[in-house]
Amino acid sequence: MTVGTLAALAVLAPFAAAALGLPLGRVLSASALALSGTFLAAALGILVASFAAAAPARVWETAAVLTPTGTIPVTLGVLVDGLSGTVAVMVALVALAVQMYSVGYLRHDPRYPSYAALVSLFTAAMLTVVLAADLLVVYAGWEVMGICSYLLIGHRWERQANSAAAVKSFLMTRFGDVGFLFGIFVLGVAAGSFRISDVLAAVPELPAGTLLAATLLLVAGVVGRSAQFPLHTWLPDAMAGPAPVSALIHAATMVAAGVYVVARLFPAFEAAPVSLNVLAVLAVVSMVGAALAALTAGDLKRVLAYSTISQVSLMFAALAIGARVPAVGHLLSHAAFKALLFLCAGAVIMMVGSSLLTDLGGLREVMPVTFVTMTIGFAALAGLPPTSGFFIKDALVTAAEQAARGGPAPVGAATAVLVLGALLLTGLLTGAYVTRAWLLTFFGPPRARFQPVHPEAPPVMTLPLLALAVPALLLGFGGLNWETLRPQRDSALLSVLLAGIGVVAAYAGWRADPVRDPAVALGRLRGLFATALHTNDLYERTVARAVRRLATVVAGVDDRVVGRAVTGVGRGARRLGGVIRLTQNGNPQFYLTGLLAGVLLLAVGVVLLT
Amino acid sequence: MHLIYPVVLAALLFSVGIYGVLARRNVILVLMSVELMLNAVNLNLVTFDVWLADVLRSGQTLALFTIVIAAAEVGLGLAIVLLVFRNRSTIAVDALRELADRDAGEVLNR
Repeated sequence: MTVGTLAALAVLAPFAAAALGLPLGRVLSASALALSGTFLAAALGILVASFAAAAPARVWETAAVLTPTGTIPVTLGVLVDGLSGTVAVMVALVALAVQMYSVGYLRHDPRYPSYAALVSLFTAAMLTVVLAADLLVVYAGWEVMGICSYLLIGHRWERQANSAAAVKSFLMTRFGDVGFLFGIFVLGVAAGSFRISDVLAAVPELPAGTLLAATLLLVAGVVGRSAQFPLHTWLPDAMAGPAPVSALIHAATMVAAGVYVVARLFPAFEAAPVSLNVLAVLAVVSMVGAALAALTAGDLKRVLAYSTISQVSLMFAALAIGARVPAVGHLLSHAAFKALLFLCAGAVIMMVGSSLLTDLGGLREVMPVTFVTMTIGFAALAGLPPTSGFFIKDALVTAAEQAARGGPAPVGAATAVLVLGALLLTGLLTGAYVTRAWLLTFFGPPRARFQPVHPEAPPVMTLPLLALAVPALLLGFGGLNWETLRPQRDSALLSVLLAGIGVVAAYAGWRADPVRDPAVALGRLRGLFATALHTNDLYERTVARAVRRLATVVAGVDDRVVGRAVTGVGRGARRLGGVIRLTQNGNPQFYLTGLLAGVLLLAVGVVLLT
Repeated sequence: MHLIYPVVLAALLFSVGIYGVLARRNVILVLMSVELMLNAVNLNLVTFDVWLADVLRSGQTLALFTIVIAAAEVGLGLAIVLLVFRNRSTIAVDALRELADRDAGEVLNR
């Protein structure tokens, strides 16, 4: 079996689990089906990635032309190289952890079979995005992810807020997807092929305007999918879904897909520096804004959601300054620690029954496994040594510093300086909000009344936590093979120092009054930050209101023009029928007279005409 | 005998029958008119059978068939008339308008 076949099977395994699980989930064992499909995908992914790692320069590509389209053919095939192999392993492993955790987390949920099947489908779609060799197939996977996230965020649709959050996430990502689709069209038509390798090979010959248009459109798509400013407001609301779904969306699938696509098509972006500048500015705004929002958010899961926006911005900023390896490295380390953090948050929610930070506190003794693993996750998020986050953030700062000093980078030094400043500021803020969330969750007096149960969670849930804590802690050492991922002394000291300042500031604020939220010290700014600088309200007041008004007009047109036309046709037919009804008077002799008259008419007509 | 006499007689009988079916109000008279029409047809059948000198005598055979069927039809018709009269105490054709088309609402409400 070739590497291409193995990779295709890795995509098909979770898809088959979903296809079987959706109709037969209540007959067969839904959990066994989902776990085996995802496990198979992970095993095949590891096999494929090991082949790719053994021959770093080699690219495996398969292609099968489906229906001839008349113009540019659409091919079905996989593209395996170091990048796609590694990311596929990450996706499959996080999905496996999530599936395993969900067995425990949703064990009393009547809709678990469909949930497990949808998570499998989600995994298959993300693996399609990662491994597909054709941009339109990538787009297909991209869209399937959209619908899966809609269904999973709305898992508990009985509550109005949850289904509203699902619709919001669907519409906002959809809005960006339009740009993404047209970006693919522009690239594919200009290059004469939708195959990624052909498109990338054609990049040097393409006119600059075409590339600029295509990459800007793609940026719109990835900004929507990866929840960057200005399309970020769906992600915090998407916390309505169950915690494992959040882990999947934030770590391995939806949000990561945007970063992956930019990394995949990076040569095209490199040839259009304006797009990278736009991406860098959006990333800077998102990373600082989301970190400020995370500093004040009142809900543990919302803190993590904003931290995702902030961390994904780090990846985009790294891509914008040309640091592709650190960006992908951060994608992997972020997948490990963010999945870990969300699964820990799920365990906390199961114990306390709430994720509001004002209800948490003092969980350290009650939940030792969660405490230790979540501490590792938080340390990685804050970039404290020796966790994976430390190595990656240090590599990012180093790359930004070199670009700012005029090193080789696709964007100008001014943008690089901006990125560097934002990285350092975000490091400081991250240290602060991580410490705040950690202290409010695990330390201080317990604030909610709940019955501590022992053990804190079944082994099927704690095992994924422990398994994810290992890469969150140690993945950085695996990156030492790459020169760009090795820590540099100055930047390492600087980033650790800044994170430390954030940690100490938050600790000092908490220490003064352990019952109170340290974010209170921000005063009036707190409300401003907690609403992510009122962006949601702004959209609510402008876009949402305008759309609602337009919808009222459309509904009016439907009612007054279309509806009246339909009822008018009905009324006209009835009036016309009223005339003919006069002949149906019930007198058989009248009918017979009509019959005779008709016969006579026909006879006369036949005689005269022949 | 010339062909014209029986044919004209048949035509006259048929016309009287048609007039009776279309114009009479009494159902029994309508039935009798139908009989007149049938017998006009019978007369035609026999006439043309003789005139064409058909070896198989198909015209006369068919006339016998018609007589039998007419007898059955009258029996059935009179039975219906009897029942209608018992139910409604009238056998005026134009008074029996149960099957007339009425307003849709009126039909639905019944």
